[in-house]
Amino acid sequence: MMKAIGIVLAGGNSNRMRELSNKRAIAAMPIAGSFRGVDFVLSNMSNSHVQKVAVFTQYNAKSLNEHLNSSKWWDFGRKQGGLFLFTPTTTPQNSYWYRGTADAIAQNLDYLKNSHEPYVIIASGDGIYKLNYNKVLEYHISKKADITVVVSKLDERDDPSRFGIVNVDSDDRITEFEEKPIGANSQLVSTGIYVIRRRLLIELIEKSMQEEKYDFVKDILIRYRSIKKIYAYKMDSYWSNISSVESYYRTNMDFLNPEIRDYFFRQYPDVYSKVYDLPPAKYNAGAEVKNSLVSSGCIINGKVENSILFKDVFVGKDCTIKNSIILNDVYIGDNTHIENCIVESRDTIRANMNYVGKEDDIKIVIEKNERYAL
Amino acid sequence: MIKKEMIAMLLAGGQGSRLGVLTADVAKPAVAFGGKYRIIDFPLSNCINSGVDTVGVLTQYQPLRLNTHIGIGIPWDLDRNVGGVSVLPPYEKSTSSEWYTGTANAIYQNLKFMEYYNPDYVLILGGDHIYKMDYEVVLDYHKANKADITLATLPVPLEEASRFGVVITDENKQILEFEEKPEKPRSNLASMGIYIFSWPVLRDALIKLKDQPACDFGKHIIPYCHEKGSRIFAYEFNGYWKDVGTLGSYWEANMELIDLIPVFNLYEEFWKIYTHTEKIPPQYVAESALIDKAIIGEASEIYGEVHNSVIGAGVVIKPGAVVRDSIIMNDVVIGANTVVDKSIIAENTVIGDGCKLGVGEEAPNKVKPDVYAFGLVTIGGDSVIPDGVTIGKNTAISGVTESSDYPNNELAAGETLIKVGDR
Repeated sequence: MMKAIGIVLAGGNSNRMRELSNKRAIAAMPIAGSFRGVDFVLSNMSNSHVQKVAVFTQYNAKSLNEHLNSSKWWDFGRKQGGLFLFTPTTTPQNSYWYRGTADAIAQNLDYLKNSHEPYVIIASGDGIYKLNYNKVLEYHISKKADITVVVSKLDERDDPSRFGIVNVDSDDRITEFEEKPIGANSQLVSTGIYVIRRRLLIELIEKSMQEEKYDFVKDILIRYRSIKKIYAYKMDSYWSNISSVESYYRTNMDFLNPEIRDYFFRQYPDVYSKVYDLPPAKYNAGAEVKNSLVSSGCIINGKVENSILFKDVFVGKDCTIKNSIILNDVYIGDNTHIENCIVESRDTIRANMNYVGKEDDIKIVIEKNERYAL
Repeated sequence: MIKKEMIAMLLAGGQGSRLGVLTADVAKPAVAFGGKYRIIDFPLSNCINSGVDTVGVLTQYQPLRLNTHIGIGIPWDLDRNVGGVSVLPPYEKSTSSEWYTGTANAIYQNLKFMEYYNPDYVLILGGDHIYKMDYEVVLDYHKANKADITLATLPVPLEEASRFGVVITDENKQILEFEEKPEKPRSNLASMGIYIFSWPVLRDALIKLKDQPACDFGKHIIPYCHEKGSRIFAYEFNGYWKDVGTLGSYWEANMELIDLIPVFNLYEEFWKIYTHTEKIPPQYVAESALIDKAIIGEASEIYGEVHNSVIGAGVVIKPGAVVRDSIIMNDVVIGANTVVDKSIIAENTVIGDGCKLGVGEEAPNKVKPDVYAFGLVTIGGDSVIPDGVTIGKNTAISGVTESSDYPNNELAAGETLIKVGDR
């Protein structure tokens, strides 16, 4: 589809991620063993044949920039389109960071002005889902909408105050849009995926800038909802936003569910990610793995149960890992017990340690030990 | 101006007939290895790790899998503006058109390819060994000796040397004599089939011997150069080197990877082996699974038992199944309650429920006793095995088989069952 270009908003951070966000933007969070958050939106773009995609980064973008070092992993082109990374830079005209999502787009308005595709698909980098954006675009055109917002049903396990809550009329036109309310009067949440005509977006952004308003949701969607036709596209397949520790943990654990795993890992289309050239996982004597995901490069000598081992994890002898998420490149010494925890990436956990979180209060383990030649 | 100091020519056209049904549809260099890799990944990774960024891969026998695997060389960083990887099949010429008739003939037919890069040295490689070697070190050795040709050699136990082509050298490792499979070997340095040629020497020899039928490096080019007085040196390699040319050695090399600290370690940061990663998701190990000592590839789902085995990517091992001492390649399905002992099962094969593979006493294979030996069950790619059959040792199966192909639901030890035709 050469009808749309893509914008991925991946600059965000959230204090709901607690210590996990010290290291990286949410879009760079590792997910489901072998992926990162942003892989899902980029794979959706690529699988929807959106060939020109810009990723806007700002907060702690080092991990993200490393991950996005080539457009090849998601099969974007290099000449007809490609993957662009827009991190704030100072220019004679502007010395601000991105002051909001609308400002981020405004600071890169050339990207929109120099494209010729009639539509723009805007999506955030922290959603875990599969979606053919062409379906949304078809809907957008059939409704003669100005803006289409993709909405999903709120997961009853989740907290509405993390989301934009929308109300629609019988035609699915959005009548109310409330950002992060305390109590929600609707079960429809905005997924942060929008379709809009490119020229209209340029016009709205330029107007906002004149009025010194910088947020796409607050200053454009909510402000214009009565004079512009803003429609809701209801998505009924799996969607999850990972920007809190609870939802991050839960989303990962969802992949232990066979239907969800089958949907993402085996059904067309595939989700792509950067390839790390790691050897297959290795199970030595003493390994005892139950109901868990294990990624490439892992070496297991102990017990692992209801857990997710990300890439390159070493589990020592007589360890017990239970209901936990061990992020990339972690070495766990012998006889250590870890339960209801998330272990931060690239760490070395000493032998004989005991870390136990609670089911409703996941512990984040960070030891920050140096690893010597092991 | 284009200039590459050393380019590599990788001979990947051979069938590898001693691997039996494993190479029915794929060339030997494309055979899977170690749960993730293909044999050609080892020389290709050695090239890029040694700084050789221009590689011609000569293909002939069943090249399709190899072609998709290599692609434009992205996994090995061999997608380059100048150089990179080029797949070189035989081609039609205005006067004569011929297949590659021998190793040197194949290289001769690509003389123009080599000339384009204006090399000083050409590295000749095979695609059928598992090893890590720094070709740059060999090149330094070649230069230091002012050699015309350098052969990589491997010290082997003297009692086994009669299986190899050995070289007899002086104290400076300059080669005085060659002996092909000598009865009473006078040296234990076996040729590894890896050569560095100074380009003018190679070019001259290829042109001089262009009318030699089935022109071969070991049989013709090296003896020709030796006779006319070229300086030929032996480089002694002391690392891990494994020929995977027979089912037995192929099985053994895979099994060695499972050792606690394998001699050939794929987990070291240094000298990484690169491959085309076909699947990204992690593997799932179910509540009902039991795994001890195994390596398992991406996106596999294990519900049964795995003991001492190498499992590829995208494999499903159903509940109640037991896999022991076996090599299971990508996307194979092992049915529920099926027991697999000492088997090699190639890609995309489906084994039914309640089967027993590799049971009973050994009997020599009736068709190819030298190929299907070692007590193995060998099943080719894209095969289907129906539910409830029992399969003995030293057997080979290929194709979509049905219950009617198994009298008494059994394939006795030493039998071969090959069903051909489009699938």
